[in-house]
Amino acid sequence: MPIYNKAVETAERHELEAMQSLALIRMVRHVYENVPIYRKKFDEKGVKPSDIKSVKDLSKLPFTYKADFQENYPYGMFAAPLSDVVRIHATSGTTGRQTVVGYTKDDMNIWAECVARAITAAGGTKEDVVHISYGYGLFTGGLGLHCGAEKIGATVVPVSTGNTDRQIRIFQDFGSTILGCTPSYALYLGDAVQAKGLKPGDLKLKAGIFGAEPWTEKMRTEIEKRLGIKAYDIYGLSEIMGPGVSFDCECRCGLHVNEDHFIPEIINPDTGEVLPYGEYGELVFTCITKQALPLVRYRTKDIACLNIEKCECGRTLVRMSKPKGRVDDMMIIRGVNVFPSQIEAVLLTFEDLSPHYQILLDRVNNLDTIEIQVEMSEKLFHDEIRQLEALVKEIKRRIESAVGISAKITLVNPNTIPRSEGKAKRVIDNRKFD
Amino acid sequence: MIIKQLSVFVENKPGRLAEITKIISNAGCSMEALSIADTDNFGILRLIVDDHEKALSALKENNVIASVKDVVSVKVPDVPGGFSGMLNCLSEKGIDVSYTYAFISKSENFAQVVIRVADNEKAISILKEAGYKL
Repeated sequence: MPIYNKAVETAERHELEAMQSLALIRMVRHVYENVPIYRKKFDEKGVKPSDIKSVKDLSKLPFTYKADFQENYPYGMFAAPLSDVVRIHATSGTTGRQTVVGYTKDDMNIWAECVARAITAAGGTKEDVVHISYGYGLFTGGLGLHCGAEKIGATVVPVSTGNTDRQIRIFQDFGSTILGCTPSYALYLGDAVQAKGLKPGDLKLKAGIFGAEPWTEKMRTEIEKRLGIKAYDIYGLSEIMGPGVSFDCECRCGLHVNEDHFIPEIINPDTGEVLPYGEYGELVFTCITKQALPLVRYRTKDIACLNIEKCECGRTLVRMSKPKGRVDDMMIIRGVNVFPSQIEAVLLTFEDLSPHYQILLDRVNNLDTIEIQVEMSEKLFHDEIRQLEALVKEIKRRIESAVGISAKITLVNPNTIPRSEGKAKRVIDNRKFD
Repeated sequence: MIIKQLSVFVENKPGRLAEITKIISNAGCSMEALSIADTDNFGILRLIVDDHEKALSALKENNVIASVKDVVSVKVPDVPGGFSGMLNCLSEKGIDVSYTYAFISKSENFAQVVIRVADNEKAISILKEAGYKL
């Protein structure tokens, strides 16, 4: 399989480190001078930009957290003036404040190149018809994959999510060859294709690039069988850039990190200590080349490990494992990041609602479902059914407007949701990832 | 007349209704009328029992959500059109009936029904005027 940027993707370790060191030194100086939050963090840690002489000094730097985005909402993390920012994306946040990210023109080029590398690694060329069923909009999925597909000169079909019948018609009529969407939607589409009596050979699809939520090797096998394609993983998060931070090659033995732009580290989430290659811990990224939003040691909360060995595909870029969990309680539901605290905040807007609730996640027909069980209370109870139905509807509406997810609301008896001494078990995830 | 109705929240779960009625029977209360309204995920059981206070406290002790509501009990002639005649009589005067159900009847000439309206007194005077026994 071809390699998009051979010079970088197959560079020797010392060459990569030299590239990283140069970019890191420049970035650290820039954020210290231009972003007050970083100056504060550096000063508190007693580290000066001049202390950073190479990538070896990375661990001297302070960490950055999702909370920093919220405290500096909307543009406080930006290191470039808004006049140089050509694109904004955002994700939902725990406190109702969104995590806002920005890109300069150069950043957009970096993003496009990173995604282009991923699409190329999945066998994509300018001859391909890339069908994008990630959501378009503030979410980075749709437009992220889009810019990379354009970069390689492919024919891009920006379908966005939903309307499964239309998706399948476009597969057939437009001759889509590469599909990009969440893996659960790929499974769903696979079922729908089969339900229409279509066989994998009836479509031109040959590969899929799937990300934005955790998935397993078993899901990969299922998707490949149903759609008759090869399925590739793509990893990213908006804070770092969006999709394309790392990607599967044809060997599919870990995701190659675009290390010339993002330096990965694995740390012990409790102590912050850097862990050696091969050990699982929290994944941390430093964005060394982006102008609008450089990031210093950003804590992803994803649990993964790194493999530095050269891959059989020829790439030397370090490989990260598929994230195998979270350090925090973030849920990824149909590709949308949701924290239990967001649900709780909505429930607390109802004066008489008991603060006891439980979230049940499941996967039905390959789509994530979320049920929120809420305890009924004397004050909310009414002998007329429509009053209670109105209550259920209103809870559902407020949750949907706060987190963008349609949930099933179930009223349950008081004192039936387990109370625990320590941290309440708020989420029961019955989705099978392994 | 105005009587006390018990309204009980019933989670949509196998065996839940049996559990609730068991609590009431264990409290030594006898059911005289009942109706159940249900949705996909919960139901409301409405009951007329011989001792609503005893039943209510037994339910509360068992963590069941229940409340007591005033409803109107009226006797309607046990003849074809008897029930609709009574409902017509109320609707002509602008009284909406939210729900209604019948007693387990022990009498031969009339059926006793429960009606839930917003204004009990008004409904009673309309029904009395029309000659219904309450």
